[in-house]
Amino acid sequence: MTTKHISVTVNGEAREADVEPRLLLVHLLRDVFMLTGTHIGCDTSNCGACTIHLDGESAKSCTLLAVQADGKSVTTIEGMASGATLHPLQQAFWDQHGLQCGFCTPGMIMQAAWLLKQNADPTETEIRAGIAGNLCRCTGYVNIVKSIQQAAGELAPSEDAATEAAATIQA
Amino acid sequence: MIPPQFDYVRPANLDEALAILRDREGAKVLAGGYSLLPLLKLRLASPEVLVDIGAIAGMDGIAEVEKGLHIGGRATHRSIHENAAVKARYPLLEDAAAGIGDPQIRNWGTMGGSVAHADPSADWPAVLIASRAAINVRSAGGDRWIDARDFFIDSFQTAIEPNEILTEIRVPAPGANAGGAYAKLERRAGDFSTVGVAVQLNLGADGQISAVGIGLTAVAPTPFAATDAEAILMGATPDEATFRRAGDAAAAQSSPTTDAHGPAEYKKAMVSEMVVRALRSAVSRARKQA
Repeated sequence: MTTKHISVTVNGEAREADVEPRLLLVHLLRDVFMLTGTHIGCDTSNCGACTIHLDGESAKSCTLLAVQADGKSVTTIEGMASGATLHPLQQAFWDQHGLQCGFCTPGMIMQAAWLLKQNADPTETEIRAGIAGNLCRCTGYVNIVKSIQQAAGELAPSEDAATEAAATIQA
Repeated sequence: MIPPQFDYVRPANLDEALAILRDREGAKVLAGGYSLLPLLKLRLASPEVLVDIGAIAGMDGIAEVEKGLHIGGRATHRSIHENAAVKARYPLLEDAAAGIGDPQIRNWGTMGGSVAHADPSADWPAVLIASRAAINVRSAGGDRWIDARDFFIDSFQTAIEPNEILTEIRVPAPGANAGGAYAKLERRAGDFSTVGVAVQLNLGADGQISAVGIGLTAVAPTPFAATDAEAILMGATPDEATFRRAGDAAAAQSSPTTDAHGPAEYKKAMVSEMVVRALRSAVSRARKQA
């Protein structure tokens, strides 16, 4: 079976690879580009650990082919921080203990980032619905929700949102 | 899990895609991939070549015209869910779209892909049956329209020929005093249905049911129209007793299997209940329009 030559922008950097058509996007990221921050959890599109952004929209990379990303832009957890400065979501997960074992965290953060792009000031219910496709086996959802609330306050510093987030954090 | 080997093409336009389907054996159409890739990974399918229709322009639109809604074969669950016309006039579609999979899957999964895949527990097929939608399929030789009620042949089998692509779905305009609703029983949010009931109806000037479509999913080898329940409801006064008789008729017409979601008798009882709930909601929405 012939390989396909693909060009993918990964975290802003143009990358190329020759891949078998059956190569999954998550394997391209992890095994070819050595970006192992994206995790493989269930491998059946249930758990969301492999969540990345494809052309800005969140997707489960275990259920996409690498060739489907040809000509597109991919953002992974490695693309979130600016140098040594963590992305507000990463910092919030740190501050709020939004992770226990940490396996679901890259997917949670990528899905949360997409959610906050759609809805800068989500309610708790909207946050929970927004991460419905991401499972935390440690069941640490309370702190995950708090983390996303903290980041929402920082990313969209409207006065109401900031006050509300601060109140939530203190509570 | 690694899929079997296959060749992959991403044609730039529909004619090119149709020529590939005409000329190559064992070709399979790839849209969002959230139905097909799991099959490939489980090696339940082993196509020779995947024809990715993701780059073909003009297949993902949603247009409202006087006669109804024209939905491109590659329109995503999310684009349907967020569509202003759907929100205003097609509550059945809005209900169903909201409950499909999860946000990531709704971002990329498509109505056309779901319908062509024909999982016996999928939500859209019941919706299209209840709304009496028409499905357009195209081959290199031309196109044809298939009534949603004739489309689902068996589990994972449809009326689409191997050389055809599903290009468009047309949902008729609901008309005056219309109401629709989708009632889904699921074990966890975003699961495939244990029982799914789609209802689309109209109330006449006398307040009685003047038109009704009911589609059921997950309770037979294919989604199907609950025709006995429809016959009971036509011309009837929309009250609880009538809803219950319709629910019981739909349960009698269903043939669920016992599985991890529950015993067959339980599912039949739930068909009756979910039909009642969908009817209540559809009638209440129709009355709000009046």
